[in-house]
Amino acid sequence: MNRLRLPTFGGLGATVGIVFSLLAAFWILMMILLPVSYMADFSFRYDLPPGKIGGPEDVHTLDNYRYLLFGPKGSPETLSILGFEFKANVLHLNVFFKTILAAVLVTIIDFCICYPVTYYMAQKAGGGTARLMAVCLILPFWVNEILRAFAFRILLGTGGVVNTTLMDLGLLSEPIDFIRLDIALYAGLSYAYILLMIFPLYNALESLDRNQIEAARDLGAPTWRIHWRVVMPHAKAGIASGCTMVFMLAVGALAMPQILGGPSNLWFTQVIYDRFNTSLNWPLGAAYAFVLLTTCILFVLLVMRLFRVNLGEIAK
Amino acid sequence: MSAARIKNAMIGFYVLLFFAWLFGPLVIMSASAFNATDFPTVTPWRGFTTEWFVELFSNRDIREGATTSLLIGLGVVLVSVPIGLAAAVLMTKLNSRARSIYYAIVVSPVLMPGVIIGVSTKVFWDRLGTATGASFSSFFFDGYFLTVMGQASFISAYCMLIFLARLQRFDRAQEEAALDLGASHVQVFLKILVPFLRPAIFSAAVLAFLTSFENYNTTVFTILPEKTLTTVLASKVRLGTDPSISALAFLIIAITILGAVAYEVKARAEARRTGAVG
Repeated sequence: MNRLRLPTFGGLGATVGIVFSLLAAFWILMMILLPVSYMADFSFRYDLPPGKIGGPEDVHTLDNYRYLLFGPKGSPETLSILGFEFKANVLHLNVFFKTILAAVLVTIIDFCICYPVTYYMAQKAGGGTARLMAVCLILPFWVNEILRAFAFRILLGTGGVVNTTLMDLGLLSEPIDFIRLDIALYAGLSYAYILLMIFPLYNALESLDRNQIEAARDLGAPTWRIHWRVVMPHAKAGIASGCTMVFMLAVGALAMPQILGGPSNLWFTQVIYDRFNTSLNWPLGAAYAFVLLTTCILFVLLVMRLFRVNLGEIAK
Repeated sequence: MSAARIKNAMIGFYVLLFFAWLFGPLVIMSASAFNATDFPTVTPWRGFTTEWFVELFSNRDIREGATTSLLIGLGVVLVSVPIGLAAAVLMTKLNSRARSIYYAIVVSPVLMPGVIIGVSTKVFWDRLGTATGASFSSFFFDGYFLTVMGQASFISAYCMLIFLARLQRFDRAQEEAALDLGASHVQVFLKILVPFLRPAIFSAAVLAFLTSFENYNTTVFTILPEKTLTTVLASKVRLGTDPSISALAFLIIAITILGAVAYEVKARAEARRTGAVG
């Protein structure tokens, strides 16, 4: 009698199949698709008091996006490009583009720092050493991001360890304000996401046959060309994956800029945070979040195009 | 030959420098937990003290935040592990076209910035609560519930990936055999699949808890008036500088190192045992 199986659920059986489908459906609908769709819809609405939500005034508008580009109505701020004056939301646009550029910079710094170490780990170090190195890499990653930011404050604050040491040695007469110069922030962000660059790179570099390097060397290629023409093309998917992860995390970082950012320097996520916590305007915050999400998607598509890899290889 | 040796020495030196950069900040932060200055630093060194640990444990905000984080972490484990398991098993039953769409949807929260998950969760449940006319004391407006929902949306994906890796090694013949011998589907699930997945269930639960415990970007939006350990820490670190935070950092680093050593010892013992058997 037990042999009577329902054909549905691919042999899972009705009870297990229904329970599993309900769990997965709840996750996909209530935790992934609907929240993002609601956020997108909400970003096209006016900021209304609770009583008016769902009322006749609750209609769609492009106002929030207009605000990001042009600022509040009647704002005198202008931006001049090639001699033309444009009305613009200079502050927020500045923050937005600075965040993107800074995240790209952090990604490049991380790639430059991590590539030699990962190459050493994958190709030169023995199995035991590579294993030990991997454990050492994971350890700092388990320390909370906020505490890692705090460590950089201790190091790089005006009265911090680096400044006092340099002054005691007589190399500096007065402290350097690393925080105001954004050096602390870039150092902290590059530090925080090292592991996410190294792991995909390692997986890609480890599978490279050492004979290929030997062959290139025997044919007389200098070291830089071996890396440029043999090692990097082989590790393409790993490089794309590592760069995407670091960029996404850096652009979406919130704790590091809050703790290590200078007083006048904002990160775009901080602008979003302010819409939800200080200058309450949720639809505007949702619009900014949606712009951030779109930017991230565009970045992933760009990386996929540049490196000619597919999504599966990036998300691995 | 000597040129190659110089090159190897240089790369070795670079690797050393890299690890110094990796551990330097953490070592200095840990050391500052024991320095008798009012300000977290190691220069100047004013003598050894443990008063910051006493202060840490007497801090009410941190204690309450840690309790909230603990509860939310348990909630996330209870939501994410079953969802991850169900989603992974369902994935193995789909045909290849449906599977690639399904995979793209369920993996997307991993790539999405945490801030956006926080914003969308907050907006979604708030609007749902307003639309259904729910009261402000209902779960729609509860920081614990929202935070579990927000965090579990991407932590479930981590759990699913762990289960998928384990399921790849699952022999379907076991299932077939049990069914042929008259077991029900529920029995097959409980007596074959769950025991097979037990190590994965354990790792998924540990990973889910730790990820939840240290999450900030999503939590800061969904937590509403409550406070978790990370939000308490962030406001403390931002406002002022207090060596009792170094004390907390030292404890977390010490626990992490002990955990890593224990894991390593266990892995080596396991490798030796299976090596001896094989």
